[in-house]
Amino acid sequence: MNSIRPKNLDLSTIELPLPAKASIIHRVSGFILFFAVAFMLSALAASLESAESFAGLKAAFDNGLVKFIAWGILSALGYHFVAGIKHLLMDMGIGETKESGRTGAMITLVAGLIVIVLAGVWVW
Amino acid sequence: MVASVTNLGRSGLYDWVIQRLTAVILALYTLFLVGFVAASPDLQFAQWQGLFAQTWMKVFSLAALMSICGHAWVGMWTISTDYLKNAGVRFLFQLVCAGFLFVYLVWGIDILWSV
Ligand code: HEM
Repeated sequence: MNSIRPKNLDLSTIELPLPAKASIIHRVSGFILFFAVAFMLSALAASLESAESFAGLKAAFDNGLVKFIAWGILSALGYHFVAGIKHLLMDMGIGETKESGRTGAMITLVAGLIVIVLAGVWVW
Repeated sequence: MVASVTNLGRSGLYDWVIQRLTAVILALYTLFLVGFVAASPDLQFAQWQGLFAQTWMKVFSLAALMSICGHAWVGMWTISTDYLKNAGVRFLFQLVCAGFLFVYLVWGIDILWSV
């Protein structure tokens, strides 16, 4: 192969294919979840400690910033979940062709978006 | 085969299986909690605490907690080996991840067992 053939690996000028987009968001959401666990554990601790702390946690959700963070975490979890299921299906050999890979990525992105909107509706 | 000392299962195949197995446990736990909360519109403390007071729920929650640790370790390890080419930087990043997960594990167990 010609080793000096033109190459372009500049991500800012490459249009990523749909499955690549679905995949990188899965990675980003996993990375976010890693730190989100700290928030989840704090909330779990407050929810289980006493009736007062449970009520306090509920009251904290009146705060817009708290709502936003909760929505962000639920969105990351929701997308990671949907894309994770798709990943497991592909591991089982479902949807591995180029065309079905695109379809699967499309379904993942749309389903992820629906989950994110639902999470927003639930939080607000 | 190159032996790696920082990945969880000592081989890519083990890591792959660990990540899938833990993913399934986490998916089940997520579905269960979302279902429980969705099925109880006016969730009160007594009901919530009652759920976590049961032994099976402690077992389930601990399984999920341990799964987070295994899953996130494999996941963050993969990310670190993809982007951090400098061995020192990569090791430091992995050390911080391990620190987080260790705290999560101990803290989580403390929460679950003080119910
Ligand atoms: C709070 C819990 C979770 C955390 C912190 C987490 C974190 C991560 C991270 C950091 C990765 C690596 C991403 C990459 O290599 O691109 C990952 C991958 C993965 N996650 Fe999760 N995850 C969580 C929950 C879940 C759930 C509930 C599922 C199930 C549907 C899931 C399914 C997967 C799968 C299948 C992979 C493998 C992706 C690959 O090999 O490229 N995860 N996760």
